[in-house]
This record gives sequence, structure tokens and C-alpha cells, in this order.
Amino acid sequence: MKKQTKIEIWVGLFVLMSLMALASIAFQVSNFSEWKERPTYRVSALFDNIGGLKVRAPLKLSGVVIGRVTGIEIDPVSFKARVNMAIDQSFNQLPVDSSLSILTSGLLGDQYVGLEPGGDEEVLKPGDEIEMTQSAIVLEDLIGQFLVKLSDSE
Amino acid sequence: MEQAETLIEIKNLTFSRGERKIFDDITLSIPKGKVTAIMGPSGSGKTTLLKLIAGQLKPDSGDVFIEGLHVHGLSRKKIYQLRRKMGMLFQSGALLTDLNVFDNVAFPLREHTKLPEEIIYALVLMKLQAVGLRGAKTLMPSELSGGMSRRVALARGIALDPEMIFYDEPFVGQDPITKGVLVKLIQTLNDSLGLTSVLVSHDVDEVLEIADYICVISEGKLIAEGSKEVLLQESTGYVHQFLNGLPDGPVPFHFSKAPYSEDLKYG
Amino acid sequence: MSRPLSGAQTLLQGLGATLLDKLAAFGRGFLLMLSLVVAMPAAVLRVDLLFKQVYVTGVLSLPIILTAGLFVGMVLSLQGYNILVDFNAEEAVGSMTALSLLRELGPVVGALLFAGRAGSAMTAEIGLMRSTEQISALEMMAIDPIKFVYAPRFLAAIITLPLLIIMFNALGVFGGYLVSVSWLGVDAGAFWSQMTSQVDWNEDVVNGMIKSVVFAVLVAIIALFQGVNAIPTSEGVSSATTRTVVHSSLGILGFDFILTSIMFN
Repeated sequence: MKKQTKIEIWVGLFVLMSLMALASIAFQVSNFSEWKERPTYRVSALFDNIGGLKVRAPLKLSGVVIGRVTGIEIDPVSFKARVNMAIDQSFNQLPVDSSLSILTSGLLGDQYVGLEPGGDEEVLKPGDEIEMTQSAIVLEDLIGQFLVKLSDSE
Repeated sequence: MEQAETLIEIKNLTFSRGERKIFDDITLSIPKGKVTAIMGPSGSGKTTLLKLIAGQLKPDSGDVFIEGLHVHGLSRKKIYQLRRKMGMLFQSGALLTDLNVFDNVAFPLREHTKLPEEIIYALVLMKLQAVGLRGAKTLMPSELSGGMSRRVALARGIALDPEMIFYDEPFVGQDPITKGVLVKLIQTLNDSLGLTSVLVSHDVDEVLEIADYICVISEGKLIAEGSKEVLLQESTGYVHQFLNGLPDGPVPFHFSKAPYSEDLKYG
Repeated sequence: MSRPLSGAQTLLQGLGATLLDKLAAFGRGFLLMLSLVVAMPAAVLRVDLLFKQVYVTGVLSLPIILTAGLFVGMVLSLQGYNILVDFNAEEAVGSMTALSLLRELGPVVGALLFAGRAGSAMTAEIGLMRSTEQISALEMMAIDPIKFVYAPRFLAAIITLPLLIIMFNALGVFGGYLVSVSWLGVDAGAFWSQMTSQVDWNEDVVNGMIKSVVFAVLVAIIALFQGVNAIPTSEGVSSATTRTVVHSSLGILGFDFILTSIMFN
């Protein structure tokens, strides 16, 4: 029976170690902690062009992540891109006339949605649509414009 | 030989492996409470016969009855129930290599009964005492000699007090002393526990010493059966050759069938 | 058969026979899996047997899994750093390391090592148990080898491989941290925050774990099947052990491609 005890201790240790590993992956490595616990509310916005924006891209206010993109679809009426976002419930005092723009972190980084707060007394409520949006800067368009200007000035 | 009650009955058993017919229409009955030996040359499928009796293999045709139960018609569960009444001593001993001697003998008791550990301890020591290996109880199977592992396996085989016990070549490769010990053990166990023993072997001397009843199998057929006195009286034929170990006789010395002069022609 | 066959005919016959053989083997493997699944409740109840097998397959595989995880993580981040530094994006080394580990390298390398360490041992043990008649002896003692020998090993593999892979991944990330933060001087805050923003629990971690469970079933079935069907001689057991490693490795890589194309499309 002594051998069995040794085996049991080792198996216990084994399970304990894997649980610790799982916990560290959940909380340190992945976004598990933001997944379930915190309540969010949903808003949406229409963009002319979302560039390379992807689902799960962060929504940032002054560089701080306050929410995530939950879905991207085409609005059937306006043929614009509708971006759905979930904002953390703790940021429920955002003015209703805030504006959104799609920005890039660094020259080659991922794209994210930046929120610029407005001045209205009224605050954003779940299901609201943010009116003022600025599309992603598309590098090709920018170069195109630059070339046009270059040829104009000649 | 006096008419004893039959425990195992084999009727018209046929079994083949691939193309080769191992048993061809064998019928024999094994009496209760006796030591029955099944003899035959190496490769005559004696071990296979034991496996057929125990239901580990299915015959092509024919039936095996144990205490009137049709072995190959039983459900898996029923076969396992029946096997609790059987003990089998394998050629190699077949001890579980990760358990020591004591745990090996205790194994069937722990698996099949809910006896408290003290009783199991007493039972195991009793069985080990019966085979004379009480002193080896803490050894691992790898530390035992061939003869010792067979004795431990025997102790394990009788742990659940079976009604019948099968010995698969118990004497093969053993020194004379071990053979003597095994002969004595088989004899005393059979007499004191009232077991029915079935012994598969080709060691003529040992078998003649203990067997009450002998069946001789060759080339898939049952050639002779009877008590040893009857068999020893045969002065010709296969049984005579086999029991006396003669090099030539009905079984030819030469394996090849083509005449020597034919084979010598090169190419 | 009496007519002499032409070369093409023998070739065709050989092909057909091989195919039938393989199909029959697949069928037997499937039957084995079914009987194992049926025996699962019994295996769960026999905690003593299960613990022993978790010890043999899991605890004894720990050293190789942990060492390999650490080094794979270190190499990944070193290579990643060298590429990313050209784009001034070396902070992304953390998320790159974690994503490669969680999605691909953890499950695949972990399962490959497991097949070599635990799968081969399983095949060899069962092959030897058969050749020394231990399996027959169990049957004669009215103990079902499926419940007593095979099912605990199967269940233990399914439990331990995912756990081993989780530890592999955690240690890999730690190795990446050691190389990129402690050695190459990437900012620790950026390292972790990039990682958490890029690594998704459902998409990356859970999918990786699903992969590891699939690989565990695959390795365990192959190892048991080869053990059960090994020719009970020393040569037979050794070639069965080799087949376990080869078949599991190919199976792991093949299934990895299938699963990846389903999961990360």
C-alpha cells in the first residue's frame, strides 16, 4: 500500500501543477478574465470603410481599452459597414455625441477603434448608434492623393 | 477404470487455425475428481485444447460442456462466472509482473471478493504455505526462478478454491527436483481439495506418475484413452512409440516426404 | 489460384489484399474503441488502477514535456524577436509565442512527445503482457482485460495528455518571457499586454485543448491497438512499438491539419 500512497501524492501534484498552469494561461496569457465576469453594453456605428479592422479589435478611449468589436456586417440599407461593439459597463457615462475613428497602432500594427468623447449631457445607452465616424485611413488612397497633388503642382 | 462422474465433456470438437486443422472431431470426457492427462507431441495443440475448454477460443464446430453447461453458447458474463470455478497454471506462470508474490496470490481474492484485508492475508499465507513459498511473499516475479513462479501461479490458481484446475505443460524445462515438487503438489492438491485436474504435457514419466486417466492426441485426432495400465500394455503403434520415446515408428524420423534420392537431384 | 497469374494480376491482387487488410485493421481498431467506451464507467470507478496509469503516463512524462516546453518557448521567442525587431514590433513577440504555442506547437509537439514516451511504453507493456500470457491469465481469472488493463490506460491518456499540454504551454510562455524580457530586454508590460490582447480564451486556448483531447484519443487507441495486435515475440513487440510511434505521429499531424482548417478558418 505504500507504493499506492506515493502514486497518489504524485498524481495529486500533477493535477495541482496543471491547474496552476491553466490558471496562469487563463489570467496572464489570454483574455479569459475580461470574458465572462464584467458586464458590457452594446452600441454600433456605421463606417464608410473599416480598412483592416477585425472582430475582437479593441475600442480605446485615450489609449485605454474600454471595449471590443463584437461583430462587423454590411448595413443592408446604406451599404456601409456596421461595426458592433461591447463597452465595459463601468464606462457608462460616455456622451452621446462621441465620435469614433479607426486608427492603427504604429505603422504596421493592428487596427483599433478610437473613441473621442463629445460634450453632450446625455450619455450613450445600450443599443445606441454612434453617428459621427471617421473611416480608416487606407494607405493606397493616401498614396494616390499624394501622387495627384504631386502632378498638380508640377 | 471405474466409472466416475463426468465434469467436462468434449463432443465432436473441430478447430483449425488458418489452413491447418488442429483438432478433427475429438470426443472425450474428463472425470470429476481425477487427474486427467492430455498427452501429445509438441505442436499438437494441447494448450489450444485448454483454451477451448475455458472458452477463450471458439471451435469451428462441436461442443464443450462443463457440468452440463454449453461453454461456447454462454454469454460473456456467464463464461466469466464459470471461470471463477477454474484455475489455470500457464506454462510461464503468467504472474502479473508489477505485483509481488503476495499481491499476485491475493489478486483474484481482492478482485472477486470483498473480504477484509486480514482474512485475505490469512488466505494468501495459507495458499503460499500449500506450495511451500511462504518465505517468498515479498519477492517480485522477476526475482523468482521458473519453478518458483509456477508454484506461485499455482497458489494463485487455487486462491478462489476452484473446482477444476488446468495445468499447461507444468514440467517443461524444469530440473528433476522441481519436477518432483510439482508432481507432489499436483497430487496433494488434487487429493486434499477434491479438485478435478486436467494436465497437458508431454513429459511421460511425470504424467504416468500422477495421472489417473490419459488421453493421447496426435495430428488432431484422439488416438488412445484409458488408464495408464491400459495404455502401457500397448506394444505397437503410436502410443507405444510415444510413451517409450522411440525415435522411429508410426511418426517417421524424417520430416520431409519426398524420397531422399529425389531431393538430392540438384535444381 | 490454380491458374498462373500474370504480373499485373499479382500486383493488383497484392494491392487488393493490402487494402482489405488495412480496412480490417481499421474495423478492429474501431471495435476496440467501442469496447473501451463501453468500459469507461468501470474504468472511472477503479480509481486505484486509473491513478496508477495517470502516474505512469502523466507523471513520468513530466520531465520531457516540461523541458521541451521551456526550450520550444525560448526558441520561438528568440526567432520571433529577430524577425519582429526589423519591423520595430518586438513587443509582439509575446503574443506571437503564446499564439503559436497554444494553437499549434503545444498540442502537436506535446502529443508527439507523448506518443514517443507514453504511447510506445503502453504498446510494449501490453505486447509483453500478452506474450507472457498475463492477459490470458487475467481472462482465466475471470477478469476482463478490457476493463482491467486497456480501459484505465485509455482513460488515463485522455486525462493526462491535455494536462501535460497545458503545462507545456505555460512553461513555453515562461521560456519566451525569459528570453525576450530577461535577456533581450523587451518591455515586460508590453510583452504581457500584447499577449492578453491577442490571445483569445475561446478561440485559442479552448481550441488548443480540443486538439489535445483528440490527439490523446488517437495516440491511446493506436498504442492499445498495436499492443493488442502485436505478434507475441520480442521482434513482434518491438515492431509494434515502432508502429505506434510512426502511426501516431502521422495521425497527429494529419488530424492537426484537419482540425486547424476547421477551427481557424
